Amino acid sequence: MAKVFVITSGKGGVGKTTTTANLGVGLAIRGKRTLLIDADIGLRNLDVVMGLENRIVYDLVDVIEGKCRMKQAFIKDKRCENLFLLPAAQTRDKDAVSPEQMKTLIAALKEEFDYIIIDCPAGIERGFKNAISAADQAFIVTTPEISAVRDADRIIGLLEANEIRNSKLIVNRIKTHMVKEGNMLDVPDITDILGIDVIGVVPDDENIVISTNKGEPLIYKGNSLAAQAYNNISQRAMGDDVDFLNLETNEGLFSMLKGIFKR
Amino acid sequence: MFKKVNTSKSVAKDRLKLVLIHDRCNISPSVMDDIRKEIIDVISKYVDIDVEKLNIEMTDVEDEGRKTALIANIPIRN
Repeated sequence: MAKVFVITSGKGGVGKTTTTANLGVGLAIRGKRTLLIDADIGLRNLDVVMGLENRIVYDLVDVIEGKCRMKQAFIKDKRCENLFLLPAAQTRDKDAVSPEQMKTLIAALKEEFDYIIIDCPAGIERGFKNAISAADQAFIVTTPEISAVRDADRIIGLLEANEIRNSKLIVNRIKTHMVKEGNMLDVPDITDILGIDVIGVVPDDENIVISTNKGEPLIYKGNSLAAQAYNNISQRAMGDDVDFLNLETNEGLFSMLKGIFKR
Repeated sequence: MFKKVNTSKSVAKDRLKLVLIHDRCNISPSVMDDIRKEIIDVISKYVDIDVEKLNIEMTDVEDEGRKTALIANIPIRN
């Protein structure tokens, strides 16, 4: 029976789709049969981040409207045999699907997978309601910026109102030098404000842009800090206890010298 | 040792805390003003209070994560 995670945030552009892709790969390479569902109907992007955009034949709306069988819409990942994608429709909008339909669909899929991860769209309207309708657990993604944290707070409230408790936080795009300078909220600041536990901290990493350019989730390249962070998140999502990374390891002599010359 | 109090992140943190207190309990600043005024009126019927030094505000409850409380500190003139 699958555990159903929803990756949500409220704020757009904070890293939900990137997180969904990397967490999905992280679980699948650990042997878990994993389905990713792009619930951002009308603005699909999970397909592109996974590099599977050329393989879409049917989508989530087609399945719900009965235009095809579920299995016809699943796209098998290029690199990992345990990983599947159910893409969003691009020429419809979020009203094409209802929360009840999502619940029915996911109930039918639960026997087939170990994990189902739903990439939630930004916002708090129908798309959000569709995405959370069948979730067991929510991972809330935020960046260390006022607007993102404010929106994350609203999302926590809405999740609780929908009986989804114990949500976990993923803090994305931490820039350690800015934290050191006192110009960026750090993880304790954010958890102090939001009152939920952290399941992962991902440093800002230019390699994420490169990985999206190529359609190859960064977690496959284990060496960067961001990739390690996603690996750790995958372990924790499976229930393991993993120490948080020391994000300062990449700050070398160069950054220190930069700091001196800045003044 | 040297606590950086006016770092931009501490400004952000304070602003966020304030904004979230109001976001969470859905009380706009103008409603807050009405509440404040009416509390002052009611208490003033019974005791003489120092309106300059009083404090009535929303705050977050320590160690209770996401709960808000209305607190009032109203000095009474003897």
